[in-house]
Amino acid sequence: MNIKVIVKGKTKGALLISKNPINFLGGIDKKTGQVRDKNHDLFGKSIANKILVFPFGVGSSVGAYTIYSLKYNKCAPLAMICLKADITTASGCAISNIPLIVAQREDYESLKDGQEVSLDAIEGNIL
Amino acid sequence: MELTKEEEDALDGKYGETLALAYRVLVAIGEATGSDKLIPIEWAHLSGVNYNTIGDAGEEFLSHLSKDAKFKVKTTVNPIGFDFDTVSKYNLDEQFIQKQQSITQSYEKMGAVPSFSCIPYEIFELPKKGTHVSFAESNAAIYANSVSGLKTNKEGAFSALASAITGKSPYSDLRNDENRKPNITIQMKVENKDELTYGMLGYFAGKVAGNSVAISGTKNLDKRSCKSLCAGMGTSGRCGMFTLEKGEGEKIDFDDKEMQKVRDELNTSESGDLITLGSPQLGLEEISDLAVMLKGRSFRKRCMIFCPRAIKEQITDLGYTKEIERAGGELLYDCCICLTPLIEKSNIDAVTTNSVKGAYYLRTSNGVDANLKSLNQIVREETK
Repeated sequence: MNIKVIVKGKTKGALLISKNPINFLGGIDKKTGQVRDKNHDLFGKSIANKILVFPFGVGSSVGAYTIYSLKYNKCAPLAMICLKADITTASGCAISNIPLIVAQREDYESLKDGQEVSLDAIEGNIL
Repeated sequence: MELTKEEEDALDGKYGETLALAYRVLVAIGEATGSDKLIPIEWAHLSGVNYNTIGDAGEEFLSHLSKDAKFKVKTTVNPIGFDFDTVSKYNLDEQFIQKQQSITQSYEKMGAVPSFSCIPYEIFELPKKGTHVSFAESNAAIYANSVSGLKTNKEGAFSALASAITGKSPYSDLRNDENRKPNITIQMKVENKDELTYGMLGYFAGKVAGNSVAISGTKNLDKRSCKSLCAGMGTSGRCGMFTLEKGEGEKIDFDDKEMQKVRDELNTSESGDLITLGSPQLGLEEISDLAVMLKGRSFRKRCMIFCPRAIKEQITDLGYTKEIERAGGELLYDCCICLTPLIEKSNIDAVTTNSVKGAYYLRTSNGVDANLKSLNQIVREETK
């Protein structure tokens, strides 16, 4: 796999796939991890303890602090997989020590919602 | 990215979690922006100081971080939400004041100079030309690159914070001389130019330019116009530098028609309930000009004037404070227009200002309309 590691780490868990980009500030409830943006395809679902797969983050860079709050409130994703690295998601995962990788489109599109995987964000592998 | 052994160790937590966190941020941002190494910087200027910009999550984060983080290089900070000296006049939420205090204390505990200013380039001695710094405030980054001869990217709150802790920054974009050459030229075609014209030019330039832009047809910008240009540019896009020499590549005109488009976008009211001057904050030179302009006149309505505390003593000694206050002007220190809780939709519909950046944030963050006028026009029409 052709993977770029943005924040290092290893984890195992189920994939949660978001079709839409995510605006962490405002779009996610930082106390529960629930998606609260009514127009989002994951509306009502929780991103807590999942490996969150989404194209990229949008919105204010303050959204990075929301990612930190999610971690602090123990409802953060286990890891994140993006198609494109944006500064907000990259800095949010970095301050919260959440593994983050960027996958090539082909690999990205082969990921299935609910699939259990092992993510190695050191060597850069999804098994 | 290629890291040195020491950087790699720090990233792996051998020097503690705080340094690991800071290196994770630099590496994450470096990887995301295609940088190949970290380089030393001498000065960090941080954004994310106003409680309104970072909220509870930011306040909590900084409070945790400040337990053991220490800034390694000179670190200055952006404005806070209000002026502690006069806040009691504003009926501000007690919780806001407490959270703001907590944020301020966290930064000071880590070693920041409590400058609370968005014009660090005007109130601090500058390092020698070519020095790499890490400025998160956009107008300051653009000013540093374009006027002060320093090198910085338009940093974000996290990259600048991580740079303050490590003394390093990813080597990318405007840190590389190749990328500092403008590849687009904007030809200034507007005839009568004042600071508002330059603010709108900046706003236009920010939208069309990449890393760096050349502006032709204009020379010898005064400080007010120059700051206005930087602030406008920083508001609308990612461009982090301008030069007044000719650049390579595409040429685009900024004429009356283009300026009208910007005005239509930002000028959303025909009058204001109050006047604000700032964004960026006014420095010594502008306050001195203002005091002269106000001689024998007084404001017809309330006028808030935002300044860094660093100039307070000087402008008082020089008699400017007395002159401005006599004219009905209200000087506020440590804060600025952008995201201040002092201007609220609940009691103010529209604000008259000469700041394009101020107008943008008043509308998008405070829900308050803006009425754009140059300072000359404000003095002519809003004082008697």
